Amino acid sequence: MSWIYKTAAEQAAALAAGEVTSVELTQAHLDQIAKVDEQVHAFLYVDTEGALAQAAESDSRRAAGRPLHELDGVPVAVKDVLTTTGLPTTCGSKMLEGWIPPYDATVVARLKDAGLPILGKTNMDEFAMGSSTENSAYGPTRNPWDLDRIPGGSGGGSAAAVAAYEAPLALGTDTGGSIRQPGHVTGTVGVKPTYGSVSRYGLVALANSLDQVGPVTRTVLDSALLQELIGGHDPKDSTSVQAPVRGLVEAARAGASGDLIGVRVGVITELGRQGDEESGWSEGVMGVFDDAVEQLRKLGAEVVEVSCPSFVHAMAAYYLILPAECSSNLAKFDAMRYGLRVTPEGNPSAEDVMKATRDAGFGDEVKRRIIIGTYALSSGYYDAYYGQAQKIRTLIIEDFTKAFEQVDVLVSPTAPTTAFRIGEKADDPLAMYLNDLATIPANLAGVPGISVPAGTAADDGLPVGVQFLAPVLEDARLYRVGAALEAAVGDVLGRDKLDHRLGLTEENK
Amino acid sequence: MPELSRGLSRDQVRHLADLARIDLSDAELDHLAPQLNVILESVASIQGVAGDDVVPTSHPIPMTNVFRDDVVVPGLTAEQALSGAPAVEEQRFSVPRILGDEQ
Amino acid sequence: MTDTLVAFDEVLERYDPALGLEVHVELNTATKMFCGCPTEFGAAPNTQVCPTCLGLPGAMPVVNGKAVEAAIRIGLALNCQIAEWCRFARKNYFYPDMPKNFQTSQYDEPIAFDGYLDVEVEGETFRVGIERAHMEEDTGKATHVGGATGRIHGADHSLIDYNRAGIPLIEIVTKPIVGAGEKAPLVAKAYVAAIRDIILALGVSDAKMEQGSMRCDVNLSLAPKGTERLGTRTETKNVNSLRSVERAVRFEMGRHAGVLDAGGSILQETRHFHEDTATTSPGRPKSDAEDYRYFPEPDLVPVAPSREWVEELRATLPEPPSERRARLQADWGYTDLEMRDVVNAGAVELIEETIAAGAAPQAARKWWLSEISRRANEAGVDLADAGVTPAQVAEVQRLVEEKTINDKLARQVFDGLFAGEGSPTDIIAARGLALVSDDGPLIAAIEEALAAQPDIADKIRGGNHAAAGAIIGAVMKATRGQADAARVRELILERLG
Repeated sequence: MSWIYKTAAEQAAALAAGEVTSVELTQAHLDQIAKVDEQVHAFLYVDTEGALAQAAESDSRRAAGRPLHELDGVPVAVKDVLTTTGLPTTCGSKMLEGWIPPYDATVVARLKDAGLPILGKTNMDEFAMGSSTENSAYGPTRNPWDLDRIPGGSGGGSAAAVAAYEAPLALGTDTGGSIRQPGHVTGTVGVKPTYGSVSRYGLVALANSLDQVGPVTRTVLDSALLQELIGGHDPKDSTSVQAPVRGLVEAARAGASGDLIGVRVGVITELGRQGDEESGWSEGVMGVFDDAVEQLRKLGAEVVEVSCPSFVHAMAAYYLILPAECSSNLAKFDAMRYGLRVTPEGNPSAEDVMKATRDAGFGDEVKRRIIIGTYALSSGYYDAYYGQAQKIRTLIIEDFTKAFEQVDVLVSPTAPTTAFRIGEKADDPLAMYLNDLATIPANLAGVPGISVPAGTAADDGLPVGVQFLAPVLEDARLYRVGAALEAAVGDVLGRDKLDHRLGLTEENK
Repeated sequence: MPELSRGLSRDQVRHLADLARIDLSDAELDHLAPQLNVILESVASIQGVAGDDVVPTSHPIPMTNVFRDDVVVPGLTAEQALSGAPAVEEQRFSVPRILGDEQ
Repeated sequence: MTDTLVAFDEVLERYDPALGLEVHVELNTATKMFCGCPTEFGAAPNTQVCPTCLGLPGAMPVVNGKAVEAAIRIGLALNCQIAEWCRFARKNYFYPDMPKNFQTSQYDEPIAFDGYLDVEVEGETFRVGIERAHMEEDTGKATHVGGATGRIHGADHSLIDYNRAGIPLIEIVTKPIVGAGEKAPLVAKAYVAAIRDIILALGVSDAKMEQGSMRCDVNLSLAPKGTERLGTRTETKNVNSLRSVERAVRFEMGRHAGVLDAGGSILQETRHFHEDTATTSPGRPKSDAEDYRYFPEPDLVPVAPSREWVEELRATLPEPPSERRARLQADWGYTDLEMRDVVNAGAVELIEETIAAGAAPQAARKWWLSEISRRANEAGVDLADAGVTPAQVAEVQRLVEEKTINDKLARQVFDGLFAGEGSPTDIIAARGLALVSDDGPLIAAIEEALAAQPDIADKIRGGNHAAAGAIIGAVMKATRGQADAARVRELILERLG
């Protein structure tokens, strides 16, 4: 059986035991990419030579008895929103087609310092704006579970790569659910760490007060290993917290024992069947969710209902704060210093070139958000829009604070529906935004969240994830509860089902 | 207090696009303006939700006074700095004629 | 369209001027405001940049603690309150010299606010209110290619160097200065000079206006006399010296009056000052009213200086310039009028250094306020830029005291210093300006003069020593002024007495 079906922890153990080399592991993943990525399109760039060279170095180190880290030699994929020297960083946009950064993001440097070979850059919604990866300027990524369906967004590429066994580990980023929601629709694990606990230096900013880098994996333990590696204070990021990242792996291992006695779990009233009717919480999703909650009870958790009344305003606040911040963040793309330059005919001024370039280089969703953001910040409207949204944020933080006085973790479905078809919601921005209903509150408050695969929907057989949320800096609780649920539900998705869906018969494997 | 749900006229959208230095075609304006108004209508729901006594939060994690020492740290070489530039002349970024004055 | 200018005195008959001054100070920190790039002047283009100051995607700012310290000290020296909690804000607009197309600045939460500075003009003290002092970053530098005189107008394209982008700036904004009347131009100049003094005393910048490490924007409006309203104001940029501050105010006052007298209204605009003609011209018309869409900078956390830190910094403040001037005046034995002239001429430090180099206070004052001032005015530059150093002035004075030269010859030495002909000693040698030191030639000249005026010789013999003046005059003429008059007199009286 190919190494690619092992978890990252298992691959790391095998490397340590000398059962496999990093070159073999890396090559196996490159082979899988060659086999399936034409269908899945998870990757925008594959660095075959670089990854193999890094793998060879890993093997040398290990032979000399000097591995850099437990994960030294385990391959990883990186969402194309993080800067990588020598590899293009396009953010899924024409604006940065072929742009090769002269510096590494801090999280990328940490991967390199630990010796993980970087397989390549994964596809994403343009500048991380979207919930389906359909906004990528380079074509959508397809959900390995059903190639006609979306893999989620904005980090659909990383989730699909991990789901399709093209990589055991990937980095994603989450601003309103862009790691967790793809995790939910692809049957993988996705974590948004506490805001500030992972460096944003080198993360091309969407909404600075909401963005976080996080792990994308197939198991909870793998995510814990990856988050411990990339997390921690970075002096280059002024918003990075001092507290060290600790105890996540321990919590994941402890959680796997399945004992949740004494853990208080709160089901969020507003996110689910009792919530807003119009948000369309599908029965398929709710069925899996209810089962998962029951499972938690069986493991000894005390489950109660908790109301977070301000959450109904979270979407509105989010879709004001994010456009405001991004309208300013994306101003730097002006054709003067890097990236696309479109020169109109005649004797154009710098201003003409800026305007033509930004019209050609940005897709529709990006333009929508820039314009809304420009409006929300303009004089006369600031207080009513951005100012108000920041107040809603305060109310949401208060809701979380009150909730966590009653419970240790909160739980909800990760998103209202399973993976919808490609093209189904592409022309309806509001319908698309509703995918983030459950995930947005965590970004507004900075609290950590995880999506754990909990089963498949009864009606369409597609993956469903369950979201846990914990107080700020209590990421370990997510790993404990997440690992417990994961162990309890077992292999609900099944590797062989996926191979079949990808058309990988015994001959092709 | 401006009426939030009134929506944007096509001209207002063009003006905003100008401020954001995006040259929208007429077709784009026709396409975007209604979509923007649908979004703005839905976010208008926050009006009046939070009272005057609610303090806005700009940062989820309260921190203050993050400083660095006034010590030189190696940066980029000129080659690295100019590596992505659409046009370079005399080791500087070459840009088309600038219309506006410096601020 | 030419501007109608109303004469200064006439302007004041009908209008009250109101001033506003914005001074930008470039700090002399070793590194930039938000990154660790060096700030040294004169490096090759784009060699002092990093992802942060270049505005590369994904880069993030980190605040330079030393710049915050300088900002607080400036605020304290201007009698400001120091914010207990403040933030940086983004000022959003597009311009190619701005790598992020927003400037990280401070908006409604400046670090220092509500202060004042007392300025003395012709014996009268004006208290200039300080609205705020805040931190921000400088832009890159654009060189315009292809147009005439390298200016932006008519340029074909521009070249941008981002070495300067991100260098810390402190912007100091006054409250409206009203009631200065006819002294408005001098108050403006004195205020900027006073700011400069404080900045230099704090050691936070070299504050050189001609080099751009201190920049001044002058705002002016006129209101009909006695109405106490504020008129529409114009902002004038490119004011690169103290003289220019005064002249910009004067010009704008005359121009505003011209427009208002004719029944027109003042266009609120930004204008550009021209050094050579001492006039202003309109800047580019703005296509849209600039809405900067300020919001708090989300990549930075608030600055909350503890009161302990503020008091620690307060203790590091140097003697306030006004107290220092009073002390120096006492030390130097100047009268109030003499000290005032020195201050108005911006010569306090120069004289201080000249005295430190060995000259007596009165001598130092004499040279700086007469010979050097005259030449500086003619060349249209500030005293500090006249091309003569305090050490050189002390040297000239020493040479006069040693009787190597006299006062009159000293003026020619100054000519030489201005022309950059070298040190005073070099110039004396090259131009042959030394006083005749040997009695021989003097005696010969005296003999000749006496021979030519025998009746004067008799008078002197007869006890009329004053008559020697005519002989001294003749000797001075004969030696082209290079004789020590006192010595000539001695020799004459020896000979005839």
